[in-house]
Amino acid sequence: MSNLPISGAEAVIRSLLAENVTTIFGYPGGAIMPIYDALYDFKEDVNHILVRHEQGAIHAAQGFARACGKTGVVFATSGPGATNLITGLADALIDSTPVVCITGQVASHLLGTDAFQETDVIGISMPVTKWNIQVTKAADIPAALARAFYIASTGRPGPVLVDITKDAQFGKLDFYYEKCSSVRSYVPHPKTDFALLEKAVELINQAERPYLLIGQGILLAEAENELLAFVEKSGIPVASTLLGLGAFPADHPKYVGYLGMHGNYAPNILTNECDVLIAIGMRFDDRVTGDVSRYAKQATIIHIDIDKAELNKIVKTDLAIHADAKEALHFMSNLILQKSHENWLQAFRKLEQEEVHEVILDAVNPKGHELKMSEVVHLISETTKGDAIIVTDVGQHQMITSRYFKYQLPNSNITSGGLGTMGFALPAAIGAKLGMPQKEVIAIIGDGGFQMTIQELGTILQAEIAVKIVILNNNFLGMVRQWQQLFFDKRYSFTDIKNPNFLKIAEGYSIKGHKVTQRDELKDGVNTLLASKESYLLEVMVEQEENVFPMLPTGASVSEIILSERHGANV
Amino acid sequence: MEQTYNISLFTENSIGILNRITIIFTRRHLNIESITASECEISGVYRYTIVVNTSLEQVIKVVNQIEKQVDVLKAFYHADAEVVYQELALYKLPTNLDKGEEIERILRQHNARILSLSTEFTTIEKTGRPEDINALFADLKAFGVLEFAKSGRVAISKPMKTLEDYLKEI
Repeated sequence: MSNLPISGAEAVIRSLLAENVTTIFGYPGGAIMPIYDALYDFKEDVNHILVRHEQGAIHAAQGFARACGKTGVVFATSGPGATNLITGLADALIDSTPVVCITGQVASHLLGTDAFQETDVIGISMPVTKWNIQVTKAADIPAALARAFYIASTGRPGPVLVDITKDAQFGKLDFYYEKCSSVRSYVPHPKTDFALLEKAVELINQAERPYLLIGQGILLAEAENELLAFVEKSGIPVASTLLGLGAFPADHPKYVGYLGMHGNYAPNILTNECDVLIAIGMRFDDRVTGDVSRYAKQATIIHIDIDKAELNKIVKTDLAIHADAKEALHFMSNLILQKSHENWLQAFRKLEQEEVHEVILDAVNPKGHELKMSEVVHLISETTKGDAIIVTDVGQHQMITSRYFKYQLPNSNITSGGLGTMGFALPAAIGAKLGMPQKEVIAIIGDGGFQMTIQELGTILQAEIAVKIVILNNNFLGMVRQWQQLFFDKRYSFTDIKNPNFLKIAEGYSIKGHKVTQRDELKDGVNTLLASKESYLLEVMVEQEENVFPMLPTGASVSEIILSERHGANV
Repeated sequence: MEQTYNISLFTENSIGILNRITIIFTRRHLNIESITASECEISGVYRYTIVVNTSLEQVIKVVNQIEKQVDVLKAFYHADAEVVYQELALYKLPTNLDKGEEIERILRQHNARILSLSTEFTTIEKTGRPEDINALFADLKAFGVLEFAKSGRVAISKPMKTLEDYLKEI
């Protein structure tokens, strides 16, 4: 790139262009005004989406990154602008999402003086960023941003924050941008120990009941094809974590379901019956393991992850392999023996049938009068044939969607997993649609979470973003209510919620929509939603006290997962 | 089983890295017994010695989390037997010529030395292990210790591999 004496603010924009950034989510304010002023000259080159709250900006950037794989970019001002990013940073860190946040900061001579809108954003964001840096000189901007993009997107991805003082934005520099390709103290891509992978293959080849658990690491490594090849050759049953959904097609004969607290029956129970457990790109979250002291104790455990700190963190493994999922799967596929494991697979199918009869049939085709969340999700799944990006919020509707939507395609599932951030879905869906404009993007949200970031309807209005919104309304904070019912003696402490007229609110933002209260209106409702060329809101009134089952109560072992309400929930 | 571990880590000289490291301990409710930091044998690289009482399992996890930080080059942990370690202490006493002989005997016995001397006060330096430093403190107490300051532990590992070997591996 050529040498031009330009302002630090312009250098920010030019650096972003050099990183092929096409979309920025942001909100202006005093300390970032020079950057916004520079942006004014680049309106044709980059699409800036004005959000209604900085939390919306970062969730949108997360949705963007999760949908299209590129690093999400956020602009926010100092002080409250920056502190409003914190929830999103924590969410992106725990869910490994590449995001670069650029925050304005008071002029460097005012640092530490309690100046107007000054906050120690570096200090505050430190525990929730993969890396952060404060830039006080214009000349340091290009290198800081180059490093930020490199760190955010490589290895185990994560959020990075670059705080730029106002004087650095005004200062001049000779602009030269060079992409970062290495940092001495940072090793994003481990040197794979192939001898360990050979050992793993040996263990797997000898196994009678091998079992493969996959997580988001497959998607982040873009290892879907390698996974498919490995599974088809080895014949090993595959189960997915919440964030891994979509990494392996749900209709594949070797797919046995979704793991964890509200996951499928068979994949949880049989975790404690396999002889070799192979976990790739997942981190044994407590929602997956239940009681760790009774988790897969009988099995030889092989764990492959790109983050060394995840190995032996929760579950003591027999073979911990620090490697990239794509590389590891490709290597193992060549050595793995062709098998079918038909008998072992039948064990899953048998338990699956129990779940189908006890839970799923009634969930997707209820006999009761009231609409269930599960039948709505099932219908959306059937109608779209899985060809949509589904963005969920947090709570019952999220678990129901994870259970009843048949994810077929990579990056078709965007949800707040590790942090469990209510209010995530609406802005994340906005970002996802901008990341993948040709895709149908459907946000499925509860009535509680919708109101946590409801202001982002304004972003949809202004930027004309065709996201489809489904509110599954039970007039309850449903997941907490379910726990109150099962574990707190039905003491519904502050979980009943009086809701506004969502359709009128949507109308206020020029978003069309309608409300479904009867089963016979549902199909039309979903069809209208999907047929709409612009954003559309479908509110579905669902059974108030529907519970999500199966369920793994706190402290229970995966093999003690409770199939249905009939089996009680007291452990 | 909890025991004393010496965590040695090497970082780039970047603002905030100390904070990033201490957060890892805070988050796990782990108390840092002592911490020292200074430039090491490689220019621009900082060496930290952090002493904690914890279990082997926990110290391994903490070291992994430390090493995960972008600006950390390498982190190690060692039990006391695997390191050579030392602390430094300074004692300030009122200068008391009448007791000169007695103080001389104590300083010789403890292998301590006088750093500075004025008509008003005397500064004594002692390097050693915590118990040696405390023993001298106990003996000097009778003369009225005006001030006492002690450094954290510095430690060098007994295994022969150098940081540069590790850097070459990366």
